[in-house]
Amino acid sequence: MATVEPIDAYVTDSEPSAMSGRAYRRARRTPVTWVRGGGLATLLFLLPMLFVFGAFSWYPIVRTVIMSLEHTNLVQPTFVGLDNFRAVLNDPLLPTAVKNTAYFALLALIFGYPVPLVAAVLMSEVRRFRGVYSALAYLPVVIPPVVAVLLWKTFYDASPTGVFNTILGWVHLGPYPWLQSQQTALPSLVLESTWANAGGTVIIYLAALTGVNRELYEAASVDGASLWRKVWHITIPQLRGVLLLTMILQIIGTAQVFLEPYLFTSGGPANATITVLLMIYNYAFGNSLGGDYGNATALSLMLAAFLAVFSLVYLRLTRSWSGK
Amino acid sequence: MMFVPGRRRARSVEASGPALIGPDEWRRRRLRWGVGGAQALLLIGLIVVGLGPLLWLAKSAITPTNDTISYPMAFFPHGAAWGNLREAWTEVQVGKYFWNTVVLAIGSWFVQVFIATTAGFALSVLRPKYARAITALLLTTLFVPAVVLLVPLYIEIVHPPLIHHSFIDSYWAVWLPAGASAFNVVLMQRFFDNLPREIFEAARIDGAGPFRLFWSVVLPMSKPILGVVSVFAVLASWKDFLWPLLVLTNPDEQPLSVRLPQIQAQTSLGVFLASLFIASLVPIIGFLIFQRSFLRGTGLGGAIKG
Repeated sequence: MATVEPIDAYVTDSEPSAMSGRAYRRARRTPVTWVRGGGLATLLFLLPMLFVFGAFSWYPIVRTVIMSLEHTNLVQPTFVGLDNFRAVLNDPLLPTAVKNTAYFALLALIFGYPVPLVAAVLMSEVRRFRGVYSALAYLPVVIPPVVAVLLWKTFYDASPTGVFNTILGWVHLGPYPWLQSQQTALPSLVLESTWANAGGTVIIYLAALTGVNRELYEAASVDGASLWRKVWHITIPQLRGVLLLTMILQIIGTAQVFLEPYLFTSGGPANATITVLLMIYNYAFGNSLGGDYGNATALSLMLAAFLAVFSLVYLRLTRSWSGK
Repeated sequence: MMFVPGRRRARSVEASGPALIGPDEWRRRRLRWGVGGAQALLLIGLIVVGLGPLLWLAKSAITPTNDTISYPMAFFPHGAAWGNLREAWTEVQVGKYFWNTVVLAIGSWFVQVFIATTAGFALSVLRPKYARAITALLLTTLFVPAVVLLVPLYIEIVHPPLIHHSFIDSYWAVWLPAGASAFNVVLMQRFFDNLPREIFEAARIDGAGPFRLFWSVVLPMSKPILGVVSVFAVLASWKDFLWPLLVLTNPDEQPLSVRLPQIQAQTSLGVFLASLFIASLVPIIGFLIFQRSFLRGTGLGGAIKG
């Protein structure tokens, strides 16, 4: 094992921070000196991580690729090439699921992207009780998602005495069908999801705002810049990196939305809220007679590939914007 | 700073970090009223949106079912029904599912902290030559969406390779995969990287081996980051739904999150809302106590992902 590392690495490897690791070792390498020098101890420290990641992360990633090319019934998998991918692409439900998922992501951006930014900028200028602001904003994030969805399901009760319909009734609006209509079901899901997640984005923006260079503000003040100009020309450009990042993370997150459609509507009414992840779930676990694991893994790989390509294009595009 | 008159003002301006609004600007009346008004509106909005639903849940948990159905926004029109909470805890067995959730959370917490600290220590402090390769392998898992793992992981639990024994209905099926969080390891690694290396050197000269160094030097210095990782490990476990739903099929072993949708079908609305209230109590109280770790960790999350 010791022969894996060439001895002259001592000479070539001049990285200063790696010094302390080297200090455990002797000049001449044999398995015995490797153990004495701490090589075995290092491996022991790494072993739990290597086992858990190997078994529950690296191995399943490889397995997904293999399973997507197989027709799997748990006993004897048979290789079927790209048949699973063809079957999924020909599934009449797929266009609906893709359309709903994209609509969900778009609505989530419209509902949830500007509000946390405005809130964070205002909060960072609060002089007293700032902790109260951030605690209130973050509170919905700590509620278990299942509780949040089931609670909102109660709020969305479509009868005139439902919670939201009662409140809207005070101003003579509604009653609205919320989850029970094909038009309002998906926006209702997005509304709950935004409520449950926006607080985390607020906190990320708040952390990023503390990194904005104060001197820029002071210089702008000396030049007589108004508040709006300072926000527009200093705050937003300084946050650009974080803003672009939260946007792509939110898109990647909403592309994998599962809990809301699963618990609120099970994809209904009339498939108005079926999403790509719900389809994957239904392929694999929706049929009590045995799952179609080939189709499920094929679709999950296509989703992952799409997200990877999308992220790359996004990074490329935004880099050229920020580079100008 | 030289324009600032009072000491109190000076401190509060300094605490507010980026001075988007300079102190002399803050004294201009129109701006102060405008921004102050917007902040007050924001506070009211946050109270209504952030706290409102929870207050409604707390109220409805102890309101008779009929009142909640007919007058959801009324404030105890026919008195309270404390029995909802008792009935939820005993008859709907929320108590049992609550303890299942606690046991699952403790196990997941231990596995996550154990993996993250040992791996972070080896990769950051001991630094074997292959550390960089392993870190790269860890980082790639951050880019793989969780859904890709779902099906093969499930198959692996049902039919593990080498061992011919299904782990369905075993808590290990939840505990062990929880440890495969590259995010935790990277967080630890970055924290250890910033510890002063002279201290490790000094400990080594005093004859401390790697285990001693880990247990008596590095871990005691890492309390803040341990707090962050612990808080998020427990919260994530408390929130988890899909994975325990798949691998824990026996209702007696399931955690609250998995049982709650079933409870809804079994009982009255009042008892169901009481169950929801009980399920959200621990995370809320935990958040109020460890608020700083929560907010710090979320900020760190943004920084690491960037």
